[in-house]
Amino acid sequence: MLKILKYSIYDLLRSRWSYVYFIFYLMLSFSLFFLNSDIDKAIITLMNVIVVLTPLIGTIFGVMYYYSSKEFTELLLAQPIKRSKIFMGQYIGISLSLTLSLVLGVGIPFVIYGLFKSAAVFDFTLLLVVGAFLNFIFVALAYNIALSINNKIKGFGYAILMWLTFAVIYDAVFMGLLIHYNDYPLDKFTLIATMLNPIDLSRILILLKLDASALLGYTGAFLQSFYGTNMGLIVSLSALSMWIVLPILRMSSKLKKKDF
Amino acid sequence: MKYLFLVFLTIQFSANARTIVVCKSCSIKTIKKAVSLASDGDKILVKKGYYKETNIQVSKMIQIIGESSPTIDGMNKTESIFAVKATNFLISGFLFKNVGVSYTKEIAAIFISKSRNFTVKSNSFSNVFFAIILQDCKFGVLLSNKIKGTAKSESSSGNGFHLWKCANIRIEKNTVSGMRDGIYLEFVNKSHISNNTSLNNIRYGLHFMFSNNNEYHHNEFKQNGAGVAVMFSKFIKMHHNTFHFNWGAASYGLLLKEINDAEITDNYFEQNTIGINIDGCNRITYSNNHFIRNGWAIKFTGGCYANLFEYNNFQHNAFDLSYNSRLNDNKFEANYWSEYSGYDIDKDGIGDVPHRPVKLFSYIVNQTPETLVLLRSLFVDIINFSEKVSPVFTPDNLIDARPIMKPINQ
Repeated sequence: MLKILKYSIYDLLRSRWSYVYFIFYLMLSFSLFFLNSDIDKAIITLMNVIVVLTPLIGTIFGVMYYYSSKEFTELLLAQPIKRSKIFMGQYIGISLSLTLSLVLGVGIPFVIYGLFKSAAVFDFTLLLVVGAFLNFIFVALAYNIALSINNKIKGFGYAILMWLTFAVIYDAVFMGLLIHYNDYPLDKFTLIATMLNPIDLSRILILLKLDASALLGYTGAFLQSFYGTNMGLIVSLSALSMWIVLPILRMSSKLKKKDF
Repeated sequence: MKYLFLVFLTIQFSANARTIVVCKSCSIKTIKKAVSLASDGDKILVKKGYYKETNIQVSKMIQIIGESSPTIDGMNKTESIFAVKATNFLISGFLFKNVGVSYTKEIAAIFISKSRNFTVKSNSFSNVFFAIILQDCKFGVLLSNKIKGTAKSESSSGNGFHLWKCANIRIEKNTVSGMRDGIYLEFVNKSHISNNTSLNNIRYGLHFMFSNNNEYHHNEFKQNGAGVAVMFSKFIKMHHNTFHFNWGAASYGLLLKEINDAEITDNYFEQNTIGINIDGCNRITYSNNHFIRNGWAIKFTGGCYANLFEYNNFQHNAFDLSYNSRLNDNKFEANYWSEYSGYDIDKDGIGDVPHRPVKLFSYIVNQTPETLVLLRSLFVDIINFSEKVSPVFTPDNLIDARPIMKPINQ
C-alpha cells in the first residue's frame, strides 16, 4: 500500500494541478494578510473560502484522478496486490497531496507574517485541521461515486451534485425546516442537523471559535455550550472522522463485489 | 461654573475664613467634629490617615479637602458617608471604602440632595454600594473621580453616579468600572457628560431615562454588560464617543428607545453585538459615525420615522442593517459600505449604482432567529445575491442612492 501511496503522491506532485492549487492558496492568504492586518477577519475570509472550496476541489480531484488513472489501476489489479490496498493507497495519496497544498499554501504566509505568537494560532490550527478533514471526507465520497458509476460524465455529474447537496441544498432544506417549525424548540434539531453535514459542522466549529456565538443569541448559547467544550470538540471531530470512516467502509465493501 | 468661581473667590478672600486641620494627632480627630465646628466659608483639611466614619452631615458652605488621599471607611454600615444638603461646597481628594449594601435605602459614599453650586472632584471609591447620588441638585460638577466596584448581581449593586431630578450638572473625566450602571441619569436636564470612561459595569455603561437636552461626548464605553441605554429622552447630542467590545447575547453598543430629535455624530462603534439598536426613534441625524466589525451595525426594532443617516462608515459588520418592516421612512445617503459592489465610472467618489444595505438573510433572521446558524453559508450568499438583484422581501426604497467609494476619515 505504501508503494502505491508513494506512487500516487509522486504522480500528483508531477501534475500541474496540485501546484496550481498550492499557489492559489498561497496567493489568497498572502493577499488577505497583506490587505487587512486584522487576523480574525482574514481567518473568517479564509474560512469562507476553505469551507466551500476544499470540498469542491476534493470532489473534482477525486473523481478526475479515479477516471484518468483507471487504465493503470486495471493494470495494477492484474498483479497479486489486494484491491483494498491499491485503492486505499490512491485515496490517501490524493487526500494527502491536497492537504499538503492547503496546509503549505495557507501556512507559509501565516508563518511569514509572524503570526505564530498571536492568539489566533489556535483558531488557525483549527481551520487547517478542518480543511484537512474536508479534503479526506470529500475525496472519499468522490471515490465512492466514481467506483459506483463507470460512465465518466455521469460520475462527474453525480459528484458535483453531491457537493452541491452538502454546500447548498442541505442548507436550503435546513433553513426551510427552521422557518416552518419556528414555533417549536429547535435547538436540539439544529445541533443534530449541523452534525450531519460536514461542511456545516466545520463552518460552525470555526464560527463559534471566532466568537460569533454572541450573534447567534439563544441558539448560539446552546451551540456554544455544546461545541465550546472539549467534549463538544471531541464529539464534532469524531463526527467528522465518521464521515471519513463510513465512505471508506462502503468503498471496501463495494470493491469486494465490483467487476472491473 | 460661573457661580462656583464667584463663590470660591469670596471664600478665598473673606477675612474670617479659617482652615480646620483634621488628623490623628491633631486636637480635632474626626471629620464629623470638624464639620460641626466649621462655619460658612471655612476649609477643612484632612491629613493622610484612616478614618472610620459614616453619616457626616454637611449643611454649610465649606470645602472639605483630603490631603494625599486619606481613607474614609464606611465599615459596611448602611449609612452614607457624606450626607450633604448645602450650597457652594467642595469635597475632594478622598478615598471612600466599604459602604454597605441596602435593599431598602439608597445609600452612597457621597449623598447630595437639594444642593446647588458644588464640586466633587478627585475622589476614589472602592467597594461602595452607590458612589455618588445626586438628588434634586443644580449646577454641580463631578470631576476626575475614580470608581471601582465589585458588583456581582444587578439586585445587590448600585450605580457609580446616580442622578435623579437634576439640572445643569457636569460629569467630566471620571472612570467607573464594576458597578451596576456606570452613570445613571433620571429626569436630568441640560447636563454635560464628557471624557468619562465607563467599563466592565454589569448593566449599562451609561443609562439615560427621561432626561432631555443633554450632551455627552468624548466618552468611552467598553465591555459593559448591556452597553449604553438612552431611553425616553429628547434633544440629546451624542458625539465623539467610543462604544466598543460590548459583546454578549444581550449586549448593545447603544440602545435607543423612544428618542426624538437627537444628534448622533462622530461616534465609533467597534465589535459590539449590535452597534445601535433603534426602537421607536424619530428625527435623529446620524452622521460621521464609524461602525466596524459589529454583529449588526444598526438594528431597527420598532417604528422609526424621518431618521437620516449620512456620511457613516459601515465596515465589515456581519449585518450592516436589520430592518423589521417593509415600509421605510428613513433616509440613507452618502454612506460608505464596505460591502458595496458597485462602480464609479466618472470618478467623482460616488458610486453609480445604489446600494441595498438590507440583506434577505437579515430579514429571515429577523423572522426566525434560529436560522442564524447558517451565517456565512454558501446558500445564504446565493439568496442574498438574488434578493439584491430583484428585491422581494426587503423594502425596495431602502437604498443608499449615492454610496461613497472611500471610507470617511476617522
